[in-house]
Amino acid sequence: MTAQVPVVEATPTTSMIKTLGIVATVCGLIIVGAYQGTYSAVAANKKIAIERAVFKVIPGSKNISEFYAMPNGIAPAAGETPPGAVKFYAAYDANDRLTGVAAEAGAKGYADVVRILYGYSQDCRCIIGIGVVSMRETPGIGDKILTDRQFLANFTALDVKLNADLSALANAVKTVKHGTKSHAWEVEAISGATVTSKAVGKGINDSAQSLLPKLVPQIEKLRSRQS
Amino acid sequence: MTLPGQQEQKLSMDTFLEGLWRQNPTFVMVLGMCPTLAVTVSAVNALTMGLATTIVLVFSCWLISLLRKLVPKEVRIATYIVIIATFVTAVDYLIQAVSLALYDALGAFIQLIVVNCIILGRAEAHASKHPPLVALTNALGMGAGFTIGLFALGAVREILGSGSLFGLSLFGADFQPWVVMVLPPGGFFVLGAWLLLFAWWKRRKGGRALIAEGQHHGA
Amino acid sequence: MGHETISQIVVSALLANNFVLAMFLGLCPFLGVSGKLDTAFPMGVATTFVMLVASVCAYGLNLLLSAFHLEFLRLIAYIVVIASAVQLVEMVLKKYSPALFRALGIYLPLITTNCAVLGVALFQTAREYDFLQSMAFSFGGGAGFTLALVLMASVRERLQLSDIPGVAQGTALSLMLAGILSLAFMGFAGMGG
Repeated sequence: MTAQVPVVEATPTTSMIKTLGIVATVCGLIIVGAYQGTYSAVAANKKIAIERAVFKVIPGSKNISEFYAMPNGIAPAAGETPPGAVKFYAAYDANDRLTGVAAEAGAKGYADVVRILYGYSQDCRCIIGIGVVSMRETPGIGDKILTDRQFLANFTALDVKLNADLSALANAVKTVKHGTKSHAWEVEAISGATVTSKAVGKGINDSAQSLLPKLVPQIEKLRSRQS
Repeated sequence: MTLPGQQEQKLSMDTFLEGLWRQNPTFVMVLGMCPTLAVTVSAVNALTMGLATTIVLVFSCWLISLLRKLVPKEVRIATYIVIIATFVTAVDYLIQAVSLALYDALGAFIQLIVVNCIILGRAEAHASKHPPLVALTNALGMGAGFTIGLFALGAVREILGSGSLFGLSLFGADFQPWVVMVLPPGGFFVLGAWLLLFAWWKRRKGGRALIAEGQHHGA
Repeated sequence: MGHETISQIVVSALLANNFVLAMFLGLCPFLGVSGKLDTAFPMGVATTFVMLVASVCAYGLNLLLSAFHLEFLRLIAYIVVIASAVQLVEMVLKKYSPALFRALGIYLPLITTNCAVLGVALFQTAREYDFLQSMAFSFGGGAGFTLALVLMASVRERLQLSDIPGVAQGTALSLMLAGILSLAFMGFAGMGG
């Protein structure tokens, strides 16, 4: 009753191709339309999220700029990440003076990767705060890293100063058992949540070892905000 | 693609209600299980996933129904999948634009909507055989039913596992949450419990009408 | 974050983050096909094979799409590739093992809508695994899926001889079983790294 094509059997291939062509075009238009339509909103959301995270780990900040730290220097972040470059955020206060530098760190915890953002201050050569970006640790156990005050206090003055030839941390950041912290570069684990605590410590250590030797020699260039 | 003699369904209240109760995707047809269990750790996540799936379901079924006389039988599944994937991609960007927090919470399961058996099943069984308005209404009902199912799961898991609903703490600080409820096993248990409840209730309703058959009533 | 070793990835996908019991991927066939052991195991192997193929193709596609900044086409590209891979497996099975082809029946084309297969492609992209890591991930995931399927089928076969209240029969029972299996697998958490 609904014979659309007069000669149905003779040219199935061309009608198939025609239909698939129409469908592909319609779908392509929808996807591109959605992508373009939401692009600016998505970019704005991401910017707000990063700013909120950085302002939390480096108090007193009002603006941030993105940079790459590479073996041969620092460059503003733009486009693709060059191989071997470590991305970080420079935070500035209302007078465009550097308040600190924030970078991401991650290591495998109990269930999945624990991602954190930490803030570093050149004035004390130490980490001044952390914020958890994403984690899927056990609720009630691993997720104590979000709220345990004693654990978070580890990161208000975590010593990450570099060694004499600025090639690595003078003392690697290490997570130690609850109650045994004796040095400023140690992270005291939460009792009963050792794996997650170790993940935070390891993540910070890996990131700092990779970022700070490249960043610290150049950090004076960032003291005041350009642009 | 309607064969002569096969009547296209007329638009009626039943078109919409069918998906809500009689053929509820979650509790009756037991379809779309992956997102049902994965994202229902909180009521908000559950509702968002339900809404996202409903949007994809409605738009896909509508477009497929519009094109139903054009699509040759041999390539119809591939065509449906491409159309569904298109709307999923669009919804993916939409959610990112609205709330990054929700997007992170739902994770990969937004993109996994494309393999949600409900959508492809509905497209094949219904949308390809009925006019656009009917298909759209039916899809809306199915999506609503799915969202209700998700919410039932998400609410229970959140109340028991976190002591809150929609993020608002219900029981105060001394409540010891039943943590397993927000972990994977909890998802299985709660859905199993809901299905048990439905089966029991169906039997009671059916048993009353079938006394002579001596059905054993589960208590 | 791409720093995991091969063994960590395999053990994690196989046990600690089992695709079915921890990540909720591949549930439809898990609840549908796990009634009998003789269909469960071949289904698991077929799915694992499709996963491996999908993983390789997804890796290549991702490189291609990223080079041309066409990331928004990723989902469509992945799903089309998966559908094609399943067609391929169907044709191969039909030719070389018709009995198995008939036994698997409708469930073979349903591998296309198996969240686990698309999930492999999506997760390996999100975690930025390289080629070897992707292969390890899909292999471990497929093996984990097969393991869960086989365990479930074995238990369900036994249960057919047990006296179960009518109310609990069917999917409700499978879900309760799955919950217990999932609880058991949580014991593997933290293993392999």
